[in-house]
Amino acid sequence: MIGRLARWFDDRLGAASFTRRAIGKVFPDHWSFMLGEIALFSFIMLVGTGLFLAMFFNASETRVVYDGSYEALKGVQMSAAYRSALEITFDVPAGLLVRQIHHWAALIFVGAIAIHLARIFFTGAFRRPREINWLIGATLLVLGMLNGFTGYSVPDDLLSGTGLRIAYSVLLSVPFIGDWLAFILFGGRVPSELTISRLYGLHIVVPFLILALLAAHLMILWRQKHTNRTGPGRTNTRIVGSRLWPTYAAKSLGLFFIVSGAAAALGGLVQINPVWLYGPFQSDAVSSGSQPDWYIIWLEGALRLFPAADFQIGGRLVPGIFFPGILLPLVMFGILYAWPFLEARLTGDHECHHVLERPSQSPFRTAFGCAALTFLLVLIVAGSDDVVAMVTGGSVAALRSALRMLVFAAPAAVGVAAFFFCRTMKAARRAQA
Amino acid sequence: MNLSPPQEGRGYRRHAMILAVLALLIALAGGVAFLIFFWEKRGTAALGVSLALALACLGFGLIIWAHGLMPREEVSGERDLLPSSEEERKAFRDDFVQGENKIARRQVLGWMAGGTVGLLAVGSVSLLRSMTRSPLPVLFQPAWRKDMIVVTAGGKPVSTDLQDGDIVTVFPEGHAGSTASQTILMRVDEKSLRLPPGREGWTPQGFIAFSKICTHAGCPVAQYEKNINLLLCPCHQSTFDVLTGAQPVGGPAGRPLPQLPLYIDSRGLLRAQGNFSSAPGPGFWSEL
Repeated sequence: MIGRLARWFDDRLGAASFTRRAIGKVFPDHWSFMLGEIALFSFIMLVGTGLFLAMFFNASETRVVYDGSYEALKGVQMSAAYRSALEITFDVPAGLLVRQIHHWAALIFVGAIAIHLARIFFTGAFRRPREINWLIGATLLVLGMLNGFTGYSVPDDLLSGTGLRIAYSVLLSVPFIGDWLAFILFGGRVPSELTISRLYGLHIVVPFLILALLAAHLMILWRQKHTNRTGPGRTNTRIVGSRLWPTYAAKSLGLFFIVSGAAAALGGLVQINPVWLYGPFQSDAVSSGSQPDWYIIWLEGALRLFPAADFQIGGRLVPGIFFPGILLPLVMFGILYAWPFLEARLTGDHECHHVLERPSQSPFRTAFGCAALTFLLVLIVAGSDDVVAMVTGGSVAALRSALRMLVFAAPAAVGVAAFFFCRTMKAARRAQA
Repeated sequence: MNLSPPQEGRGYRRHAMILAVLALLIALAGGVAFLIFFWEKRGTAALGVSLALALACLGFGLIIWAHGLMPREEVSGERDLLPSSEEERKAFRDDFVQGENKIARRQVLGWMAGGTVGLLAVGSVSLLRSMTRSPLPVLFQPAWRKDMIVVTAGGKPVSTDLQDGDIVTVFPEGHAGSTASQTILMRVDEKSLRLPPGREGWTPQGFIAFSKICTHAGCPVAQYEKNINLLLCPCHQSTFDVLTGAQPVGGPAGRPLPQLPLYIDSRGLLRAQGNFSSAPGPGFWSEL
């Protein structure tokens, strides 16, 4: 049967020799090469669950009075968007499960990309010839974050409405064109009757962009082949690992099911974004202790730590929020995008590299990466400083001034420590050899 | 080239077989349970756990199968030299340049086609203009006008028996619930006020009102510490001193909350003398 089917296709495509080469492709076996796969698998989960949710969600700001099965909000004014989120939660069979799996899969998606990126960075896998895939990967991270933000904003609940207000204010702060940028994206002053449908449109379209870039990412990977960790037989001209068929393919498929199983378990057992508890968005209400999803929280932390510093250029206002909200992420992603080229220029190393480095082999790179991660970590803590202060019983102001020093001191200290640790390791390894 | 063919014995393979069968059986049971739970309209936890069991055990089964029963040889393959050879590059360049020359002879056509494409590109960008109204008139639109009556969110006039320390969210009559005009009204001891010059007579009987939208990131300034007369924004903890005209005294906000001038009419109703002292809401590129 399968043989006949294969014959039918090959009669029409002549693909036997290509496919034979494809299934014999060599893949490295180490677990650290699976991180990107986890991102890919959670993306597949996101598309599947997202399609289901899109069948019910209504991206409309039309005012309605709720009359559904959730007693606590009966008779309350809300947008049709929020009502459809409640319907998915309470009236669609398995609706809440799918919604929670979708949200968890999004957290896993961005998380897997971030860890994958760290693996690529610390082992030097981005070096020539893989700079193009580094740029595509960084873009996928940006798109993943943006799509996560639009995704948790569309239910039009009070918590995400607060996030929208902040995002609008940040965009509004851009000199010269901020008002136009914010109005074009959000359809007017937030909350406008177009905001939710604008964001929902983006939330549906951006995944196609992600899909296209993912395809390019994988095709380039296929062409260039994987890197290898150091080991016997692994050189710039030979790759060592297992063949795609059958073992590696079976393991990969197995990983896909485990990742989706993990998302299903989280979606079933761990409550996430309970929009029915936050209530509908109201422009004159706000909840304290509001935190965004984890991949946005470092930006929230930067907004909190940056001091009051509105200033003027030629008599016009540049709101202080511009610096942590726009300039800081631009600089950070700028460095991320430019890193392969910066490093090649700094080290003068323009050679092809197919064999990875241990982090300790490149002390400066590793120190820089550790410092950057520490910087992000301090910002993440700062992003929930009111919650930290509440839990520990301290004052927000005191914690914040401590974090303001820590945000510079901690990355510097960690960077220096990592640099000398790597140098010692490197020397010890050389002495051993 | 095989580097290290695995040397597991028959016992290993049998154990793997048993484990794989077990995992796939649990997966099957999980799948059946999921379907039953779904038709019985069971809760999210039951659905999630059974689905997770089915998926994860299927995954584990596949991996055990692959690990224990499939060939596990380590192979070494050749890497392609990525740059093309100089001959290939030259051949490509020749073919490409040849094509280009043919176009160059019809330079006028080329310019016209290119110009049209460029014009269309610019034209499509101008579609962005359709996406929104002009922002500045919206941002500077007066939220309050002279003589508007101050009402609560429910649309009722504010009672003037508001006590010292009370705080209430108010709107212009007919605009209850609107974003830009949301205002916080408090009552303070008039003698303790140290407002900026030019705001004399804005606070009849100690009634004082400010825009509720934080000048930092647009959140509602929702908390009031009445003992120290501080307003606090719960988003980024910016604090404003009511007695000095809501000047920022802590947190990331850099500008005061715009103040609303008030008066009390002959019937005892609170009304606005005019608009806020400046445009409400988060800051933007504008003349100060």
